[in-house]
Amino acid sequence: MSWLEVKDVDLFYGKVQALRGLSFGVEQGEIVALLGNNGAGKSTTLNMVSGIFRPATGSVNWDGHDITKIKAHKLVEMGIAQVPEGRRIFSTMTVEENLKLGGYTVRDKATITRRIERVFHLMPRLGERRSQEGGTLSGGEQQMLAIGRALITSPKLLLLDEPSMGLAPLLVAQVMEIIHHINEAGTTVLIVEQNAKAALKIAHRAYVIDNGTVTLSGPAAELAQDQRVIEAYLGM
Amino acid sequence: MTQVILNGLFVGSFYALIALGYSMVYGIIKLLNFAHGDIFMFGAYIGMTCLVAIPGIGSLGIGALAVILLVSIVLTGTTGVLIEALAYRPLRTAPRLSVLITAVGMSFFLEYGVRQIWGPDPQPWPSNGRLSDFLSTTDATGAKQQLSVPIFDGALTYSQLVILAFAVVLMAALALYIGKTREGRAMRAIALDQRAASLMGVNVNATISRVFFIGSAMAGVAGVMHGAYYSSITFLMGFLLGLKAFTAAVIGGIGNLYGAMLGGLTLGLLESIGTTLLGGEWKDVFAFVFLILFLTVKPTGILGERVVERM
Repeated sequence: MSWLEVKDVDLFYGKVQALRGLSFGVEQGEIVALLGNNGAGKSTTLNMVSGIFRPATGSVNWDGHDITKIKAHKLVEMGIAQVPEGRRIFSTMTVEENLKLGGYTVRDKATITRRIERVFHLMPRLGERRSQEGGTLSGGEQQMLAIGRALITSPKLLLLDEPSMGLAPLLVAQVMEIIHHINEAGTTVLIVEQNAKAALKIAHRAYVIDNGTVTLSGPAAELAQDQRVIEAYLGM
Repeated sequence: MTQVILNGLFVGSFYALIALGYSMVYGIIKLLNFAHGDIFMFGAYIGMTCLVAIPGIGSLGIGALAVILLVSIVLTGTTGVLIEALAYRPLRTAPRLSVLITAVGMSFFLEYGVRQIWGPDPQPWPSNGRLSDFLSTTDATGAKQQLSVPIFDGALTYSQLVILAFAVVLMAALALYIGKTREGRAMRAIALDQRAASLMGVNVNATISRVFFIGSAMAGVAGVMHGAYYSSITFLMGFLLGLKAFTAAVIGGIGNLYGAMLGGLTLGLLESIGTTLLGGEWKDVFAFVFLILFLTVKPTGILGERVVERM
């Protein structure tokens, strides 16, 4: 069994089926990318792993626990953090308050302060804007803040939902670089991307999801050469 | 004129205390909790019952008020939490109107529940818990004389001053709690984005319960102070005061903490000035004319545009 193992999952929104027998796995230390078109079920998958949605059938196991029915806030405490789609920064709170909220489950204030400083070290732009309201930041800075906020718990598994969305190519490269760093420092990463090209550059392995189920999978380097992936997702 | 303003501020502090609960709940789950005024009433009945039922409470002097405040805080806070858990939480994803109607139903439930237990007649506040009696002297003829402090060309009695000071302290404490603490931050986070808050590890249900506890407890405190000051309570007293507090919350900018405080004091002042100019029978008309005015002209309230510190 993989470190994170999603097995035969069906998930419904009301009567609409979003995931159909979805299965995939992530090993500790990897960067795994979930690729696919809008509405394929990628975000749903991340939110299910995060405990926001619960599957109708199937199971989610992680780090030796069955987490299928564990609530979102508990999972954060256990070590799963998510950078949500659209960043979802608390817009009227300052950068620092946003980061403090990221450390909500961390009881020790000194630890939070230390980790916030580490985020400022990793992303100096945030440090310069620490007392500015989140809503006043640029898109790229907001994405950095969303990632920084998720790092305050020192997660074992980091889930990222479309971190490149709405960013200029140069910024996309920067964000991917940061994610690469985070992974090298020991955090396992599961990333959902429509920008397959950018994601495949940093990922070790990838899954292609279509209509709620996995249609292709393999090492990132191989998928980047796969004719079907190139045609459907790399736009070449 | 000074006296008119002082009276306005005094009444306004009651409105503000109750408006805070209205506004906090609206901020966090976008519900106009119409049962909130009845929690205020329930707090007063709890206080009255304690004064009658706790043996030896009369010997505590003014300390009796501290005891009944504490009991009232615990019981009204718990009632608020139960109401949310039993009546509102199951409807969290239902259309807004369903929850609103449930809140109105909850209001009737509290009003007529209290009527069922304590009866329909106004209840006199027991003499061992009347604030003015503790803060007065007996003059040569044996009549009680209220102590008061002159302020410019007006005056506030000691009882009014105590209530006003207590309200200010409570509001300052609440502002600090919401603005500076971990739990306060979580409340503001939920008000902005519930899903994002839970992804930060915030237990959304527990935090909403906490908001209901605090909001209801503040209404409970206002209820006890109302009883201790005005010396008479009725099972419908929360209806009008609740609507006034709602008006205050709208005037200040609903969902905004400072707006609730400002709106409460503003409404108190407007009423006080209005009744001086037009006569006491216009008091309620005055308040609700302002509600309608604000809803049509500036529905976001005085502080509504400053979205900073929302909740």
